Amino acid sequence: MKTKFSKRIELALADSQLRMNFRGAMDFLRNKRQLAFNDVEEWQALRKKGAAIRQDAIQRLPELLTQLEHQCQQNGIQVHWAEDGNEANKIILNIAQQHNAKQVIKGKSMATEEIELNDFLEKHEIDCIESDMGEYIVQLDNEKPSHIIMPAIHKNTAQITDLFEKKLGISTPSGDVDALIGVGRRILRERFEHADIGISGVNFAIADTGTLCLVENEGNGRLSTTAPPVHIALMGIEKVIPNIQVLPTLQRLLTRSATGQHITSYLNLISSPRKKGELDGPKEVHLVLLDNGRANISQDEKLQSTLACIRCGACMNHCPVYTRIGGHAYGSTYPGPIGQVVMPQIKGFKQEGELLDACSLNGACGEACPVEIDLPELIRTLRHRKQESSSTCWSKEVFIWFVWTKIHLHPWLYRQATLLMAVFRTLNLNYPKGWTRTRTMPKAAKMSLHRQVRERSKTKKKKENE
Amino acid sequence: MLNSLPESPQVYLFGTCLIDTFYPKAGLDAIALLELAGYEVVFPQAQTCCGQPPYNSGFKAPALKIARQTIKLLSSKDIPVIVPSASCASMIKNHYPALFQKDTSDAQLAHNLSLRTFELIDFLADKLPYGQQLSFPHCKVTLHQSCSALREMGVASAWRAILEKLNNLEICFPENKQECCGFGGTFAVKSDAISAVMTEDKCQNLMATGGASILSGDMGCLMNIGEHIKFEGQADPCLHLASFLVKRFGLNHED
Ligand code: SF4
Repeated sequence: MKTKFSKRIELALADSQLRMNFRGAMDFLRNKRQLAFNDVEEWQALRKKGAAIRQDAIQRLPELLTQLEHQCQQNGIQVHWAEDGNEANKIILNIAQQHNAKQVIKGKSMATEEIELNDFLEKHEIDCIESDMGEYIVQLDNEKPSHIIMPAIHKNTAQITDLFEKKLGISTPSGDVDALIGVGRRILRERFEHADIGISGVNFAIADTGTLCLVENEGNGRLSTTAPPVHIALMGIEKVIPNIQVLPTLQRLLTRSATGQHITSYLNLISSPRKKGELDGPKEVHLVLLDNGRANISQDEKLQSTLACIRCGACMNHCPVYTRIGGHAYGSTYPGPIGQVVMPQIKGFKQEGELLDACSLNGACGEACPVEIDLPELIRTLRHRKQESSSTCWSKEVFIWFVWTKIHLHPWLYRQATLLMAVFRTLNLNYPKGWTRTRTMPKAAKMSLHRQVRERSKTKKKKENE
Repeated sequence: MLNSLPESPQVYLFGTCLIDTFYPKAGLDAIALLELAGYEVVFPQAQTCCGQPPYNSGFKAPALKIARQTIKLLSSKDIPVIVPSASCASMIKNHYPALFQKDTSDAQLAHNLSLRTFELIDFLADKLPYGQQLSFPHCKVTLHQSCSALREMGVASAWRAILEKLNNLEICFPENKQECCGFGGTFAVKSDAISAVMTEDKCQNLMATGGASILSGDMGCLMNIGEHIKFEGQADPCLHLASFLVKRFGLNHED
């Protein structure tokens, strides 16, 4: 029986336009990143530094979070703790209701995707508009982001032109990207003026100064966090870093890995609401700290490196599977290698365990990760955990490996098995099906290596005795 | 009768189950090359598989048992262990030590074995008598650098280096040479749809180079690539690097 994920994969693979869009975009992003890191020694040194910074922060998570909370409160930022997505949604709704908010404008944030904030607010009649261009396009087409950095990367210019014409009734000259951006900008500007609340994510939160750091290219993040009277920032608890001294390293790794940029267009450092005498900025700033399984992950020695992630997207750009099926096929908030690692941990194996299969363990993701997360090893470990926690103790797979182990643990049996294969080598089995869909079956050799080596030493001895 | 001569240094050959069953020629060629480099090859008949297939498929317990057996088998002599496959070599070198609790005797043995384990071509690169190679007319070959060779083992540059020392040889690489061929062990069966597309792309890129042979040091990749090319109705151009080298050095052994 086909599982849902494998069905989505087949569908994505059959969509030649989608595949072309992804292949082109991923090749482009990989090349740009490569150029940004063309000095191998510098890359390695920077990466080591980045990995150490993140590891240290994960080790000291409780301490840093307490410090962050305290410093933020000192600065006038109101701090809230949410154990899961539901709680985070409620906290945000509560704040919105206190301000009678009807319109919310959002900067790009994967954490809000994780808790499905848009749907939740809409149910409570609060209109939530995405202000990031990619997110806006995706929202307009009732879709989810297909990439954590480039939400609309699955669409090409022509598809976006059509979408704008259909949904907004605005036509632009074909292939004119600037015109499309112009349209988006015009519409969003208006929204900024009328928004009651701005919601954003957080790239890094600096514990010792209580500063929220937002990295972006379009300026919409800055507008979302300064124009509306209330700003709510949502962050996964793992985003905390000890001090501003470590920021440049992480920031350089992030922008180069993500888009090949040496520097970001906007780096926002938010330290407080509008102070007395200041002319602009939100009157209230809230920080919602989202756990959603992260505290548990941080306790697990073998899996805690998952939390070191700075959400640059390089692992998906380098993944041969993601490059072919795109983000939507994963059907999860975070796609690609980091998604395959995060999703089963925050949603459980039952719901997201099948993501773990779509990986050949080729290692391209781990090699690209700017903070040295050994993604293949995490995927392997999670496969082990999934198997160990599986309630069905007797499946076809379990049976196969049971027999396999019996054979391979007994050299004599193993030799008989290879002999059998040699005897029946001409039998043309069309099995396993997965293999034969695009390959012929390999034929066992007439004589195994074991046997040939045995014969070889026999003749050698004979010769020596002569 | 040769007792008076100094003994040549010994190495173990861990042939891998794939080569054992399907491609023994590559194993024999590995032996021939090691002998050419002056080694006596010890091939323990009790060897089976390194345990990577279950290990990567989520079945750690069988992998652990196989690892114990293999470690024991390859530890009676304190000599190098040569593996004619980067991915199996990596299982022994990089993953065995992680299987055992730190500071146990098993971990110690695994660590010791890890230090002694080498991928065949990497091991041979600076040990072959290149002066003895036969001369050949100009020829173009395509190198498939396996993921394990590129990443976990870091021996892909040695593969290239060894080919560069051969005469009249033009070495080509496919487009997207760093990308996986789609094999990934059980991945090829479990995630067959994606694996098929990856395999098709890889083969297309490899064939587009126009090399007379596709060479690699990983028989798993070569099986995947070769069987697909055969599926498409063409002759299998794949050859293990060891087999190619054997030809170049004119080493013949009875098949
Ligand atoms: S896992 Fe590494 S490569 Fe992937 S998004 Fe996170 S930081 Fe980037």
